[in-house]
Amino acid sequence: MRNIIAICKREVKSYFSSPIAYIVIVVFLLLVGGFFSTGLFLNGQAEMRSSMALVPLVFTFFIPAITMGLISEERKSGTLEMLVTMPIRDYEIILGKFFAASILLTITILLTVIHPITLMMLGDVDLGQIFSLYLGLILMGISFVAVGLFGSSLARNQIVAFIISFAILFIIFLMDKYIIVFVPTFMANLIEYLGADYHFSNIARGVIDLRDLVYYFSMIFLSLYLANYMLESRKWR
Amino acid sequence: MIEVESLVKAYGTQKAVNNVTFSVPKGQILGFLGPNGAGKTTTMRVLTGYLAPTSGSASIAGYDVVTQSLEARRKVGYLPESAPLYPDMNVVDYLQFVAEIRQINGSARRDRIREMVEVCGLEEVIQKDIGQLSKGYRQRVGLAQAMIHHPDVLILDEPTSGLDPNQIVEIRSLIREIGREHTVILSTHILPEVQATCDRVLIINRGQLVADGTPEELQAAAQGAERVRIEAKISSPDDAVEALRELEAVESVKWVSDANAEVAAFEIEAEKGSDIRESIFHLAVDKGWVLLEMHRDQVSLESVFHNLTQSEPALDD
Repeated sequence: MRNIIAICKREVKSYFSSPIAYIVIVVFLLLVGGFFSTGLFLNGQAEMRSSMALVPLVFTFFIPAITMGLISEERKSGTLEMLVTMPIRDYEIILGKFFAASILLTITILLTVIHPITLMMLGDVDLGQIFSLYLGLILMGISFVAVGLFGSSLARNQIVAFIISFAILFIIFLMDKYIIVFVPTFMANLIEYLGADYHFSNIARGVIDLRDLVYYFSMIFLSLYLANYMLESRKWR
Repeated sequence: MIEVESLVKAYGTQKAVNNVTFSVPKGQILGFLGPNGAGKTTTMRVLTGYLAPTSGSASIAGYDVVTQSLEARRKVGYLPESAPLYPDMNVVDYLQFVAEIRQINGSARRDRIREMVEVCGLEEVIQKDIGQLSKGYRQRVGLAQAMIHHPDVLILDEPTSGLDPNQIVEIRSLIREIGREHTVILSTHILPEVQATCDRVLIINRGQLVADGTPEELQAAAQGAERVRIEAKISSPDDAVEALRELEAVESVKWVSDANAEVAAFEIEAEKGSDIRESIFHLAVDKGWVLLEMHRDQVSLESVFHNLTQSEPALDD
């Protein structure tokens, strides 16, 4: 646990001592702010859910940008060799990095609560729904972080890691929208279940269903497991 | 302190390390010598737990590097080649981070960091980002990182590569200093380094150990026949060859210069342990040769190394 915290602390510091964290936060706030004000002023809708509707798509390229360097950069610069030969378990490295990127993402997401607060000043809002919307965003976000970390464990090059992670996330995003059209009907339920956005819209609607939670947690677990496996595989190759 | 037993590490079908066995007692500085790609780094990576051996075993302070990897790694300080460090951290933060993972806590952490800064001469750069440091300073930060937990075993992969001559001297004396209490393995392909710092040398070539001993032992073992090279102005070099050959203890004389050259050069081999320089001098005086140069070849570690790593014909790898 101490090792996980040490790794996590280092990564968070590294995010905030480089421009990455600030770029991520500013760009995300601009995007969401844009969605929100479009809904509010052009369509006259005073609600959060529609302004967050595009966020899953934004996450598919946004989160790989946060996670792409986590392992690939250390592999490339050789610092990984230094790190894994210290008395620290491989999974502690993976978890530390996962938590660090998750913290950055959660901070970024929570900074958008300015919008629901604005809405509260304008009228009544369903606080329960806002809460579950944010829970959905964070859950989906950190499950994407896990996938991004796995992508980063596959490559030596950040850009390659980015593209791999983006490809995986984009396919998961398209599952219940596009890919579902091409599969036989008996598989439709399965494909729909695999779509990240499907579960997000379930939670965002205000219904916190165990199936949706299981989906995200299994995505996190599987991705972290695979990332750990990739890290350990250095030993036998 | 370190036991390596029939260690094999294969990448695919190619054996980077092939059946290497050695052990290092406490307090020894072991030089690991070999041409590039001989398997030095691979062996070190197995010892530090970065790679798992294909077969064979290795242990550090009694802990197996595979089954008791974590305990073994606690006993080791490791500096990989080219000292990879986080460029965006400053020196103090970096040492803090390493101390945290090495579980050095409380006031001990501050003391150790201070100690390392002093030992490695980092006072001037502690607040600087590692990315801005010169190669020499980065290497020292790497050493500080490797020694911060007072490890029993220090493994250094080419610790002086990329340093300027002054820095090399400093790092070497630092290593000697450390070697008084710790066991040190350092790899290098620079021979004077071994002579300057190591108690013992292992020469590795194509993944196999080809020599093991102190630098002096290796030199002595490789010492063959006495060889003297002379250059002289001689009116009839043909006769000179004959005259030299008749000297006591001389086994062969080779005329190595051009037949028409103004200065004739010869390589004279004599029996092992003999010294023929004096008789050559008297001969030159008798015959009226103008002796310009006389040089007795010492077998250097360089030629030991050269012989051991070059003489075998290239295998199909």
